[in-house]
Amino acid sequence: MQDQPTPSEVIGAVAAFLKTVVTAETSGATSFQARVAANALEMMRRQLDLAPAADAAEQERLTGLLGHDGDLLALNAELSRRIAAGEMDLTTPGLSDHLWTTTLAKLAVDQPTYAAYRASLAERG
Amino acid sequence: MNELEDKLGEVARKHLGARGVVGLKRMTAGATQEVWRFELDEAGGPTPVILRRAPGGTRVSETAIGLETEAQLLEAAEAVGVPVPAVRHVLEPEDGLGHGFLMSFVEGETLGGRIVKSQELAPARAFLARQCGEILARLHTMDPAAFPQLRRSTPAELVAQYKAVYAASEWPRPVFDLTFRWLEANCPPAPEHVRLVHGDFRNGNLMIGPDGVRAVLDWEIAHVGDPMEDLGWICTSAWRFGAIDKPVGGFGQREDLWAGYEAAGGAPVKREHAHWWEVYGSMRWGVMCAGMTAAFRGADPSVERAVIARRTSENELDLLRLLAN
Repeated sequence: MQDQPTPSEVIGAVAAFLKTVVTAETSGATSFQARVAANALEMMRRQLDLAPAADAAEQERLTGLLGHDGDLLALNAELSRRIAAGEMDLTTPGLSDHLWTTTLAKLAVDQPTYAAYRASLAERG
Repeated sequence: MNELEDKLGEVARKHLGARGVVGLKRMTAGATQEVWRFELDEAGGPTPVILRRAPGGTRVSETAIGLETEAQLLEAAEAVGVPVPAVRHVLEPEDGLGHGFLMSFVEGETLGGRIVKSQELAPARAFLARQCGEILARLHTMDPAAFPQLRRSTPAELVAQYKAVYAASEWPRPVFDLTFRWLEANCPPAPEHVRLVHGDFRNGNLMIGPDGVRAVLDWEIAHVGDPMEDLGWICTSAWRFGAIDKPVGGFGQREDLWAGYEAAGGAPVKREHAHWWEVYGSMRWGVMCAGMTAAFRGADPSVERAVIARRTSENELDLLRLLAN
C-alpha cells in the first residue's frame, strides 16, 4: 500500500501552484503555457478519480453488446470493426445508449465545461 | 533576429520605398509558419506590416500549399471583393529571407471566444452570419483554373482520406466508425461546378471589428472542390466557442448565412448537403485532434499538443448530437 496524500491530491496541488503562482509571476507565452499545463494536470486528476468506475461500467456494457468478455481495448476494437463492417448500427439494441454513456464519461474527464456536454447532460437527465 | 531585421530593412528600402523597419516582434511560432510583425519606417509615419514565412525561412510543410501560392490567393481574393490583408511583397531569392511574403496588418479581433462574447462586437454579431455568406459567395467566384497547383478532391475522396488517417491512428473510436458509415451512405455527389474552397473559413480565422469582417485569414489549406464545404465548416460545432445555439461561428444562424450566400450570387444551398458538411466538419476536426497524439509522441511533445489530442472527445459528442440524438 502506497502512502498518502494520493496522486490525485498531489496533482491537484501542483495544478493550483501553476495556476496561481506561476501564471502570476511569468508573462506572455510562459504564463499561457503554465495555465495550459495546470489544465492538463486537472484533466489527469479527473481521470485518476473517474476512469476506474467508468472503465469498469464500459467493459460490462461492451461484454453485453458483444456477447463475450475481454480487455477494454480489445472490446472497443471489436465494436469499432463491427460498426465499420455494418454489422452493428444505431438500430442495434443498446448501442446508442452505450456510445452516449461512454462519450459523456470521456467528456467528464477531458472537458467538463464544454457547452455541448452541459447541454447533453441537461437534455438526457 | 538582427540579421532578419537587417534583411527586412533592405526589402523595405528596395521594394516598398520605406527608410527601414522598426519594432520587429515574433507573433507565433507555428510548426508550419512563422509570423512576425514590424513597422515600416515611412515618411508619413510607421506602417504596421506582417511577415509570414516558412520556419527558419526554409522548411516547407508537406500539407500546406506554400507561401507563394498563399500570397497569390490573397491577391485573387482581393480582386473579387473578399476582405483580405493586402500583399505588400512576395519574398524573392535575392532577399535572402527564404519563402514568405509581407502583408498589411489589419486591426481587429480573431480570438473566437472574444468574438462570441465581447460587448464591443455585439452590433457586428447581428449581421456577421449573413456577411459571411456574402463573402463566401464572392470567394467562390475565384477562378480554380488559376490555381492548378491546388489539391482537387470530391466529397467522397475527402471522406476516404480522413478515414485512412483515422485507421492509421490504430485507436478504436466506435463513434468515428459510425460517422464514416453515415458520411459514406449520405455523401453528396461530386459537384457539377468545382470552386476554389478556402478550407478553413471559420470563427478564429476571421479578423472582426465592430463594422464586421475586416479580413479572411489563413488560406494555407485552400483547395478546389465543393463550395458547400466552406458553408459547413463555419457551422461546425468546434468553432462556436460555447455559444452552441448560434451555429454559425457562435454568432449567428444558418438561415442568415445561406440567405447572404444566395443573395450575393452563390448557388442555392441544399439543406441536406449543408448538414452533411457539418457532420463532415466534426469528423474532420475530430480526426485532426486525434492525430495530435502521434505529433505529441513525435515532433512536438508539448503540453498544448497533448491537450488538443484530448479534445477529440468533444467531436465524438458533437457527432452523437448530430447523428444519434
